[in-house]
Amino acid sequence: MEILIFSIVALIAVICSVQVIISRNPVNSALFLIATMVSLAILFILLNAPFLATIQIIVYAGAIMVLFLFVIMLLNLRRDEFGPERRRAQRFFAILFSFLLLIGITTVLTVGTFNSNQVESGWSKTIPAGVEPLAQLLFTKYLFPFELASVLLLVAIVGAVVMAKRRL
Amino acid sequence: MISSSPYLILSAVIFIIGVLGVMVRRNILVMFMSIELMLNGVNLAFVALSRQLGNLDGQVVVFLVMAVAAAEAAVGLAIIICIYRNKKSMNVDDFNLMKW
Repeated sequence: MEILIFSIVALIAVICSVQVIISRNPVNSALFLIATMVSLAILFILLNAPFLATIQIIVYAGAIMVLFLFVIMLLNLRRDEFGPERRRAQRFFAILFSFLLLIGITTVLTVGTFNSNQVESGWSKTIPAGVEPLAQLLFTKYLFPFELASVLLLVAIVGAVVMAKRRL
Repeated sequence: MISSSPYLILSAVIFIIGVLGVMVRRNILVMFMSIELMLNGVNLAFVALSRQLGNLDGQVVVFLVMAVAAAEAAVGLAIIICIYRNKKSMNVDDFNLMKW
């Protein structure tokens, strides 16, 4: 059952993420990116991480993508921005080298130390789902990074306002 | 319960599609979306390995990555608005002020 859901959702994710980079119109790219994020959220549920799936939909598909669409709307792109993109040689080398990189990463992930046969795996102990174990970890072991993230968000708010405002 | 290898391969594929988008596209907004795609691919790898190893630390890292991605999106889009205001263009080839 899991393999069936995984196959369908993975196919949707790959197709949508390819569409993100080949769509001419940035609005279409943004909508396909939302579809990719929702399918990744489904995969998070399959991986026994329902809290992260919720956060993925609320923060990524909700907040960040609304920000993207808002900027696209704000800039009011003209038609000629969507014109054909040149540089055939660059495209050829980009595809070639990213294919090589894909082969490299896949090899490392499947035959390297990440392989589930070689790692002393935690298959027997299933990780606890839900918010409470994650919050336990977040507020004890990872308390400092958590607080640092709040400072980072504050700095980002101030920085965005300073840059986007025409005159302070 | 299937092993985490398919998840890791899928995360690699999504990451590579993001890399390809950054290298091939010239529209700065689409390049930015490709960066988000790369972050999402890495998040999937973290969650898959978290389940494989049976501890929650990977999920905490994904949580922090999402916070960083939100900050990055806000600042990056502000920069894009700034650049567009000055150059009236979304093509990265036009942004060559610091190119020697």
